Amino acid sequence: MSWLLLSVDNLTKIFTVGLLRKKEIVAVRDVSFQVDSGKFVSLVGESGSGKTTTAKMILKLIQPTSGKIFFEGKDVTMLNKYQDLKEYWSKVHGIFQDPYASFNPLQKVDRVLYQVFGLIKDQNVDRDKTVREALKEVGLNPEEVLGKYPHELSGGQRQRIMVARCYLIKPKLIVADEPVSMIDASTREGVIQLLSNLRDEYKTSVIFITHDLGLAYYVSDEMLIMYKGQVVERGSPDEVMDHPSSEYTKRLKADIPLLYRKWEGF
Amino acid sequence: MILLSAENVRAYYFLPQGVVKAVDGINLSLEKGITLGLAGESGCGKSTLVNTLLGSIKPPLRLVEGKILLDGKEISKMNISKLKKDVWGVEVSLVPQSALNALMPTKKVIDFIKDALVQHKKFSDSEILSLAKKRFEELNLDVKALYMFPHELSGGMRQRVVIAISTLLNPKLLIVDEPTSALDVSSQKQVLRTLLDLKKSGIIQSMIFVTHDIAVLRQIADKIGIMYAGKLVELSSTDNILYNPKHPYTVGLINAIVTPEPEVKRRKIMSIPGQPPNLLNPPSGCRFHTRCKFAMDICLHKEPPLLEVEGDTLVACHLFSSSKGG
Repeated sequence: MSWLLLSVDNLTKIFTVGLLRKKEIVAVRDVSFQVDSGKFVSLVGESGSGKTTTAKMILKLIQPTSGKIFFEGKDVTMLNKYQDLKEYWSKVHGIFQDPYASFNPLQKVDRVLYQVFGLIKDQNVDRDKTVREALKEVGLNPEEVLGKYPHELSGGQRQRIMVARCYLIKPKLIVADEPVSMIDASTREGVIQLLSNLRDEYKTSVIFITHDLGLAYYVSDEMLIMYKGQVVERGSPDEVMDHPSSEYTKRLKADIPLLYRKWEGF
Repeated sequence: MILLSAENVRAYYFLPQGVVKAVDGINLSLEKGITLGLAGESGCGKSTLVNTLLGSIKPPLRLVEGKILLDGKEISKMNISKLKKDVWGVEVSLVPQSALNALMPTKKVIDFIKDALVQHKKFSDSEILSLAKKRFEELNLDVKALYMFPHELSGGMRQRVVIAISTLLNPKLLIVDEPTSALDVSSQKQVLRTLLDLKKSGIIQSMIFVTHDIAVLRQIADKIGIMYAGKLVELSSTDNILYNPKHPYTVGLINAIVTPEPEVKRRKIMSIPGQPPNLLNPPSGCRFHTRCKFAMDICLHKEPPLLEVEGDTLVACHLFSSSKGG
C-alpha cells in the first residue's frame, strides 16, 4: 500500500540578476508532480534544465517565486521557523552530487554523522552505537572511516557516508541530486542498491535527480524529463522511452548511444 | 593489409616514487579500413598507449621495449623532429582529450589553420583557404566557422573543427582520445557522424577511438580492445565483445553499463568489486586476479598470454588458455 507523500503544484523560480539592468531568468516554470510513499521518481535533464533548483525548493533551501509544496498533506511552502524546518528536514533529506562539498575538509567525517542527532527527537539514543550500525548498513567498516578526514576517504566511501546519514535519520523522502555522478561504475551500483534497500525496509521515497537517462530508466517508477525549466515529458520509464511525445525527448532518444541497438546510417 | 602494428610495447613512467608500468607488453595490429575502439577504466593506460603508438614519448614516459610500425615504417626509432616533419599530421593524427581547448582563442579558425600548416609544406594562403573550404564542405561543416573565433563556436562544433583540421593532410590513421566525453548527447552524435564521414569518404583509412564509453564504441567501432592495468586483456569484433565476452573483466565492464534499454533492466547492473590496482606495484600473475571471482592458483603467479580463442577473439585469461592445468 502506498499513499501520497509529496505534492508539488506549479512550482516556479525566477532569479533576478544584474544591478543596473535587471534581467529575469526563469529557472523553473510551473513544475507539478506527486511522489507516493516507497516510489522512485526521477527528474532527468541536461545542465541548466532546472532540476537542481527544483530539488533545492523541495528541500526548503530556497524559496519558490510561486507555487506550492505539500508534504504529508500539509502546506510547507511558507515554512520558515527554525523549529518547523528542523522537523521538516528530519523527514525530507538531501544527498548531493559532490560528497566533498558536504564535508568540512578541516573536520573529521564523524561530524557529519553526529550532526544528524540535532534532527532526531529522541535524545536518549546511544549515539556511538547508532552511528556504527548505520555505517555497517551501508557496507563501511566503522574502524576504517571514523576519525578520518574527508580527503583520506575515497569518493565512494564519502558518498556512502552520506547515505549512512539517511539510515540514521530514516527520512520519509530522500532528494538525491546526482548522487552517483562522481563515482565510478562499480560503486554506482552499490549506492543505488542502498537507496533501494531503504525503500524496501522503510518505504522511503526517493526523488532521483540525474542527467543520465540510462540510470533514471533503470531505477525509477516514474520519470520526468525537464528541459529549460519545464517538465516536457512524464510517465513510466518504458512509456517515456517507447512513446516519447515531446520533441526534446524524441531527439534525446534518437541521440543517446545504446548498447544493444545501432544507430541508423552508422 | 596491416596499417599499424605494435609488438610487445612497454612504456613506463619513471617517477621519483618508482616506475609506473602504464603500458606493459602490448601486442596489437590494426588492419586498413578498420575502426578500433580501446576501452577501459580511467588509469588503465589507454592514453599512454596512444601516445606511445604515435611516438609522442616525453619524459618521465620512456619506451622501454617494443617496436611500432606504421605502414611499414618503424616510428619507434624516429626522433621528434623527424616525426613532426614526416609523420604527425601526414601519416597519423591525434585528436587529444583536451581538443576542446586546442584552438587558439585569439585567432580565427582559418588563421590557426595557416599557422598549423606552415610546419609541413609550402602552401600558399589561397591554397590553404581552398583546401580548408573543400574539407569543411566534405564534412558538412559550415564554412562560415572558418572566419570565427573559437569562443563563437559551440563545444560540439569546436570539436568537429579540430577533427577537420587534424585530418587536412589526409593521414592514413586518426587517433581520437575521448572526443565526446565533455559533450551532451546531441553534439556527441554529430561529432561521431563527422568521424564516420572522414572514414567513409576515404580521407582517413583507419581509426583508433579511445573511450570509457562502450555504448559509443558500439555505434562506431568494428573491433574493440579492452585494457586493464596496462595490459590488453581482450580484443575482438564489437559484436563478440557485446554478446560473447570472454575475459571476466570484459564481462564485468559490459554488465556495469546502464543504457535506457529493456535488455539492461533484465540483466540488472552488476559491479566489479574492488578497485583497479596501483601501477607502481601491480599484482603478480594476472593483474585482474585481485578482483576476479574465477581466480585460480595459476592466476596468482603466471601471467596469461593473449591467445586466440574461437575465431577472431584474442583473450588473456587462464580460463581460456590451453595450459590451464599448469
